[in-house]
Amino acid sequence: MTATNPQTGKGQAKTKVMTMLEAINDAMKVEMRNDDRVVVFGEDVGKKGGVFGTTMGLHEQFGDNRCFDTPLSECGILGAGVGMAVYGMRPVAEIQFLDFIYPGFDQIVSEAAKMRYRSGGEYTCPMVIRSPYGGGIRGGHYHSQSSEAYFCHTPGLKVVIPSTPADAKGLLISSIRDEDPVMFLEPKAIYRHAKDEVPVGEHTVELGKARIAREGTDVTVLCYGAMVPVCEKAADLAQEEHGRSVEIVDLRTLVPLDEHTILESVKKTGRVVVVYEAPKTGGFGGELSAIIAEKAIEYMEGPIVRVAGFDTPFPYSLEHLYMPDPKRVAAGIEKTFVW
Amino acid sequence: MSLELVTILDKDGKAQRGKDPNLPPEELQRLYKLMCATRALDERGLALQRQGRIGFYLQSTGQEASHLGSAYALQDSDWLFPAYRQPGILLLRQIPYEKIIAEWFGNSGDTSKGRQMPVHYSFRQANFVSISSPIGTQLSQAAGAGMAAKARGEDTVFMTFCGDGGTSSNDFHCGLNFAAVYKAPVVFVCENNGWAISVPNDKQTASESMAIKADAYGMPGVRVDGNDILAVYRVTKEAVERARRGDGPTLIETVTYRIASHSSSDDADRYRDKKEFEAWQKKDPIARFQRYLKHKKLWSEDFENECVEGTKDEIAAAVKVAEAMPPVGPETMFEDVYMNPTQQLKDQKKHLHDLVQKGGVGAEVGHFPL
Repeated sequence: MTATNPQTGKGQAKTKVMTMLEAINDAMKVEMRNDDRVVVFGEDVGKKGGVFGTTMGLHEQFGDNRCFDTPLSECGILGAGVGMAVYGMRPVAEIQFLDFIYPGFDQIVSEAAKMRYRSGGEYTCPMVIRSPYGGGIRGGHYHSQSSEAYFCHTPGLKVVIPSTPADAKGLLISSIRDEDPVMFLEPKAIYRHAKDEVPVGEHTVELGKARIAREGTDVTVLCYGAMVPVCEKAADLAQEEHGRSVEIVDLRTLVPLDEHTILESVKKTGRVVVVYEAPKTGGFGGELSAIIAEKAIEYMEGPIVRVAGFDTPFPYSLEHLYMPDPKRVAAGIEKTFVW
Repeated sequence: MSLELVTILDKDGKAQRGKDPNLPPEELQRLYKLMCATRALDERGLALQRQGRIGFYLQSTGQEASHLGSAYALQDSDWLFPAYRQPGILLLRQIPYEKIIAEWFGNSGDTSKGRQMPVHYSFRQANFVSISSPIGTQLSQAAGAGMAAKARGEDTVFMTFCGDGGTSSNDFHCGLNFAAVYKAPVVFVCENNGWAISVPNDKQTASESMAIKADAYGMPGVRVDGNDILAVYRVTKEAVERARRGDGPTLIETVTYRIASHSSSDDADRYRDKKEFEAWQKKDPIARFQRYLKHKKLWSEDFENECVEGTKDEIAAAVKVAEAMPPVGPETMFEDVYMNPTQQLKDQKKHLHDLVQKGGVGAEVGHFPL
């Protein structure tokens, strides 16, 4: 099949229908073929192909030296990854669930993030840390959390979160080629959610450029990851019930953040809802709200509204009420008009 | 099961028969001079801190044989993932004094642009990877770099250091485990100087030694007299050769002593028995090696003068040069966070620039205390 290249809007790139899982797998295959410094490793990523299947076939195709299982140690995976990157490789480390990353947190925030800075640019750490994150799969406390804010709070790291299969591929290839460490967080709830046309072969999406997922005129919704399809449904509800024209901005990368696109949209609509599934307090949505308050308050015609997870540990049985859903987001949208 | 302490030099400086590595005379003298220079550099560093000219210093006095003897077994193309008490390696790898000392001042002469506290060096030209303060993090990094080199068929060897406290860190466990599982070409050197700030060995581990821990990871563990530079060199050379021929990592425990306090902010007299300290002072690694050189007729008053006084003069001259380097500019704060600054960093840089132009900004900043 062919379609318009979603990035450039130009040309007719060859595409194939894929899930996000397949697109992520395809991205790694493309880059492993392109660059022999790229190595993929983590728990169960070898013969098994990953617990979700994102590394399926890599071990078979590229062998033990390029895709391998590690001991069950996030600290070891990330520490070894930093060493590989410093030595000149392009490590792609998988952490099986973001909830398990904390034993290796030190290697991310103290080592990977600071290597370029602390060495005056002599040593760098071009490593990608891939990890499924977020709720919506009945995973309880330790297979559901959305802890992107910790990483956004650490200068030196980039934080990338795709919401479509095509973006997942393009952003992952760009992340692997990036000269700095990237947290590549994969919204596992939508791994198999929807199939999409994904460009075949070479496909990159620039880090730091948000995507207008839907154009609208009355209110802006800022979101990322698995919240994008939720917000799309909420936009439909807001249109049906109240005739609101909703613009949805999919951030794609939290660091670097595309403030320009955010502020242009907010200035146009004069209203904003920030949606994130992490606990409300201290979440990245708070930062987005503050940026708008600092830089566009004079354009606002209603309160900046956050729709987020609650300030509780992730609840297993009540997950459906914890996660922002289309109705809650739609109520948030209406709150920017009536308060 | 217990590990023998490998020793070559007796306290009179005589080498045990059949164990002397028989290094050439000029190399023996070079090593001695490096030990003296490392000590002189250390004394000057502490003095500058006491004079209030630099903010902090951390000495390696007493550990010269331990870190010089081990790193001496490497080729220059081999990599180091150091901890913070191996400054002699910089001299071994011919980093000029000015560069080392500029790091203490954190000014524009510092290769790492004044980004870190004193003694957190980074010298790419010496394959000496940037030092960080968190304990042990370099151990798993060395394992990863070793895994990469092995996978690529390169013969680089990676040496990494930690102290006795470092053996309790997460990365000691995962670094040794990863290196052993993948048979990575890594030499782990644990400089057991007896103390992790104020915590002695027996509060650090219930193992009878640090080296014995290697057994559980499936790699050789060697316990060596860390104040005997020939013994350290000899066991390390074997470990480096083992790594280079693809037989995997080794853990070496160099048994030594931290003669100084932990750092310029610490006073060891508050927690350490004076008798223990005095006993170790008598085992000074430099004096012991000097006695060996005397036996070999490789030592003279003139040579001593060159090693000690000559080095002090060179260091004094380097301090003058390094101290006179201009400070780092405010704009450098925003460099090297990423390869290319984000828009946010560009905005913040401009904001600070404007404030500095107007004048009067700058918070009150105290001195590093502990």
